[in-house]
Amino acid sequence: MSGKLGLDPALVARARELARRAGQPVVDLARSHTTVSVERAVLRLAGVTGADPDGIPWVNRLVDAVVADVGLGHGVAAPVFDALAREQIGDVTLLAQKAAAGSVRFTQPTGKAATAARRAARKAVAAGVRQIDRRRAERDRLVKRYGDPEQRPWIYLIVATGDIYEDIPQAQAAARAGADIIAVIRSTGQSLLDYVPEGATREGFAGTYATQENFRLMRAALDESSRELGRYVRLTNYASGLCMPEMATLAGLERLDMMLNDSMYGILFRDINPIRTFVDQRFSRQVHARAGIIINTGEDNYLTTADAVDEAHTVTVSQLLNEYFAHEAGLADWQLGLGHAFEINPDLPESFRLELAHALLARELFPDAPLKWMPPTKHMTGDVFRGNLLDGFFNLVGTMTGQGILLVGMMTEAVVTPWLSDRDIALQNVRYVLGAAGGLHEDFVPAPGGFIQQRAHRVLGEAVDLLERIGDQSLLTAIAEGTFGIMKRPADRGKGLDGVARHEADYYNPATDILEQAA
Amino acid sequence: MTEKKIVRPYGDTTGDGMVQVSFTLPVPHDKRAEGAAVQLANKMGMDPAMLVHAKQMGDGFTFFVVYGRVNHLVDLDKVQVVERDFPLLSAKEVNTVVKQRLRRKLSVVGACIGTDAHTVGIDAILNVKGIAGEKGLEYYRELKVTNLGAQVSVPELVEAARQEKADAVLVSQVVTQRDAHLHNTREMSAAFREALPAGKRPLLIVGGPRFDETMTGELGVDRIFGRGTTPGEVASYLVHALITDKKARA
Repeated sequence: MSGKLGLDPALVARARELARRAGQPVVDLARSHTTVSVERAVLRLAGVTGADPDGIPWVNRLVDAVVADVGLGHGVAAPVFDALAREQIGDVTLLAQKAAAGSVRFTQPTGKAATAARRAARKAVAAGVRQIDRRRAERDRLVKRYGDPEQRPWIYLIVATGDIYEDIPQAQAAARAGADIIAVIRSTGQSLLDYVPEGATREGFAGTYATQENFRLMRAALDESSRELGRYVRLTNYASGLCMPEMATLAGLERLDMMLNDSMYGILFRDINPIRTFVDQRFSRQVHARAGIIINTGEDNYLTTADAVDEAHTVTVSQLLNEYFAHEAGLADWQLGLGHAFEINPDLPESFRLELAHALLARELFPDAPLKWMPPTKHMTGDVFRGNLLDGFFNLVGTMTGQGILLVGMMTEAVVTPWLSDRDIALQNVRYVLGAAGGLHEDFVPAPGGFIQQRAHRVLGEAVDLLERIGDQSLLTAIAEGTFGIMKRPADRGKGLDGVARHEADYYNPATDILEQAA
Repeated sequence: MTEKKIVRPYGDTTGDGMVQVSFTLPVPHDKRAEGAAVQLANKMGMDPAMLVHAKQMGDGFTFFVVYGRVNHLVDLDKVQVVERDFPLLSAKEVNTVVKQRLRRKLSVVGACIGTDAHTVGIDAILNVKGIAGEKGLEYYRELKVTNLGAQVSVPELVEAARQEKADAVLVSQVVTQRDAHLHNTREMSAAFREALPAGKRPLLIVGGPRFDETMTGELGVDRIFGRGTTPGEVASYLVHALITDKKARA
């Protein structure tokens, strides 16, 4: 007997063991491959900044130049720092500019030159990692000074105007109105850009481009709000898409606090190549671990395409896989904002009890993870009155099952990007529920053997069955066959595959070395 | 009882003309703000306007709820909408017509074009899973469905349509910022016109929650489907436009 659901500890342990078994080959794959984005992240840590006049970052130009001369499989660190020494250039960004102009040739150094290049690369990258460490210490200080939110769940609100200078006052207003976490949604095209745009941006589609400068501007604004409000307001962005490792790195450098970072989302929903995704994933999670960033996984998305009752167990399976990949990359339980959502068709009888069962199952399987609870989207119809009621029930499940992060649902979901008044009404809804029933989880104990317990047991059982099937055929095959979110994604297809290479025998990546040493 | 031609909104009595609106004004909440809200309601044709709720949000905004009687009349004879001009068929009927009269599988290619990453709409129509208990087009035995997913470029779409010998191309557009849905649709229809002669061009269908269904001519497409469209309606339309009423297509 454990917790409120009476889950069988042996079955839970079995589920974790199966997740490990399914995930292990993917980790092996990630450890033996690199990607252009991983290498660009290494260069960003080594201090390469800025972009060419067309807006293409120097890290892209430099990696492209190295790949053209020696390929990707050695890693770019050694060829870059070898060229730096040969050309007697002091600054890596300057080298990138020269390389882009075609005036530098790269070779894979050997012998003494290799040792020297590796040492220099490691020194430069270590400076970048130290900067991330300083940012983490700074967060710890600020949280100590201003404090965490008084209540759980933390209240998570989205801002998305497309213009960072519009986002800032909106984010500050949202914080004043009660948001503990501000997420800046990215421009809808960004996940498939194979570079990170530069500078402050004012043009985006249904969101604002994630750039280092936008990160910096928003973090500074929320530091101001934290000071004003006497609680540390957290900032969230996305480490997903083709530039995931770089996004994680920039987030660490600019003290973002949470990042959306799912192990399979890019594969399933953006048709990004599975190998590219898993390699990028592992690196980005190692960076997040180091930076003290809480990751948010994307299980809610499965339920928007698949049925939330029939496919509930795929959420559990994905959570277990995300947990395994996260631990393997060095993330601690407090950093795992594992996702799930309130997406059951409200016309289904007992839909609320089913939601309670699923939410409680996640809570009990991952007792030390914050868990990110996502609001209804699929069954928001445009009937804003019904939508507001549904959001109220969503909030109630959130507080009854002790969720850590609550993404505030908007009654105008699927109608417009939230208006000021929509956000205000939504926050009023959250405040009412947390105020009226914030302690209800203490009293709420499902009847032994009753509907909720039975449902939770059944979902866990189905999850174990699915993991057993995956175990027999490997995770990549399962993804190829459409096990998650009913999308079929074979390993030899998808976007970004040409930016993947198997490690050569002399592959060198000082960032991975440093990050793994710490673990 | 004769059918009414002229109607007014209904609160609780025929002809009372009662409506309810909510809006925000960029002013702090005070007496003047409430007066401003009533003035706006009056200008919207509400008279008398009852301000029933006012609440300040942040520093300089107030949210209002207003009930009142509008003086506007609605003439039902002058309403313009696109009525469904084809019979609604079951999946079985669709399959039978395609099998007997087309005598090959009907090829459908679908995508979200431009930067739009919201596949909710196209997936609801195409995925087996469908929407609201109704199965998507992949479920129809006699339809061959190719779902290209999100963020497909127009040239990619044209090429895929050519490869799949598409009878119909379905495009979903959810994002409407800066009229992206309209620009993308025009670009798509122009590209098909350029790439393929009139007789070879697939049926072009666009769907999304924010389209005006009467804009087909302006956007260069054969049909626009708005909010709430079901896979069955789309399948029935395909059969109607491509098989049973082929001449109707311009």
